[in-house]
Amino acid sequence: MDYADEFRNREIVRGLAARIARLAASLEKPLTFMEVCGTHTMSIYQYGLRSLLPPEVKLISGPGCPVCVTPVGYVDRAVAYARRPGTILATFGDMLRVPGSFSSLMEERARGADVRIVYSTLDAVALAAKHPDRQVVFLGVGFETTAPTIAGSILTAARQDLKNYFVVAAHKTIPVPMQVLSSDPDLGIDGYLCPAHVSTVIGGDAYRFLAEEHGVPCVVTGFEPADILQGLAMLVAQKVECRSTVEIQYRRFVTREGNRQAQKLLAEVFTPTDSAWRGIGVIPESGLAIAEKYAAFDAEKTLPVTVEEPQEATGCLCGEVLKGKAAPCDCPLFGTACTPEEPVGACMVSSEGSCAAAYKYGE
Amino acid sequence: MCLAVPMQVIITDGETLVAEIDGVKRPASLMMLGEPVTVGDYVLIHAGFAIGKLDEDEALETLALMRECLEKGRKE
Repeated sequence: MDYADEFRNREIVRGLAARIARLAASLEKPLTFMEVCGTHTMSIYQYGLRSLLPPEVKLISGPGCPVCVTPVGYVDRAVAYARRPGTILATFGDMLRVPGSFSSLMEERARGADVRIVYSTLDAVALAAKHPDRQVVFLGVGFETTAPTIAGSILTAARQDLKNYFVVAAHKTIPVPMQVLSSDPDLGIDGYLCPAHVSTVIGGDAYRFLAEEHGVPCVVTGFEPADILQGLAMLVAQKVECRSTVEIQYRRFVTREGNRQAQKLLAEVFTPTDSAWRGIGVIPESGLAIAEKYAAFDAEKTLPVTVEEPQEATGCLCGEVLKGKAAPCDCPLFGTACTPEEPVGACMVSSEGSCAAAYKYGE
Repeated sequence: MCLAVPMQVIITDGETLVAEIDGVKRPASLMMLGEPVTVGDYVLIHAGFAIGKLDEDEALETLALMRECLEKGRKE
């Protein structure tokens, strides 16, 4: 299998760009589409895909980076756990440099806190088994792709009867915020490029309410340049034909019903909850809390810490960038006070953040 | 964060697997995958878990559609 090369084939990419231009020629008004996945954002900047689109098709980035949409208060809580005596704080690498109100996990580590980066949630469970006298606290950040891996770690810890593994749950689910954004008249979203790997888990049908009840066309799209252009061509075609449905471009890994086994893990361990999104605010039923049955693994219930009122960095436009209302270069801090080396906002920290992608690859 | 990489299965015992791409080998759990995998299959690996299995027929069909679009463009 050498599909990856084929999906980056220059000729195929040009052919798809030409199709978008042909379709767009019959449009009565310009269209705005939003991508809601950090990996899409990165790919679009990396391959310069915006430059291949006709002027009638505008592409904006949404809240697709889980680290970026995590509120400052959560980072402060993580810092408090890192400072807690006897604690090993385990996290995926991208949380390390995110600035909290007064500190980051990287700063805490430099001051002597035991902060460990793990590749898999099961590595964090293994840490707990290895250090029975310490408390291992894992930062549960991520969308539906990652949340089942955290559910899996809790089930594994339960099976091993571990009493020293805890999760600070801040998982978010993507379809509801998409509905919130598409009803914002200022944004005027004409369709969504739906995330690829989130959809591997939740399936294409998870967006049906958006397409069928709210009239917003949705296309689940892969990450290679040809995938993204084909996804956009499918969106433009829906608009030209006045249709609004869910289509799957990334059929090699995504089905209508999704990954049932992963959905089962989510349903077993988590329960839907209201969740705060940086820049957007609290959205009902857009997060996943640890279910009562697994409360022993819920860090906030079993190992409470005190956290002060969070403070957002002044001048940072992360919130507007996450809603697609501002481009990275609209922010006065972009590239000057805020760079990947010295980030002010989360969108510049994560490699999937719009600001980091714009800084690295140019507008 | 939702980054996942398609890799080929080289060893599996039904509960875990080792997958490889470009010489890089990674172990992964099968806890999240509801379907059986065998050596030679391509799976999506995300943070130490297999989250999906490649549907090869669909991949070829997607590519065929893309090429068809290229041919159409040439004719017009």
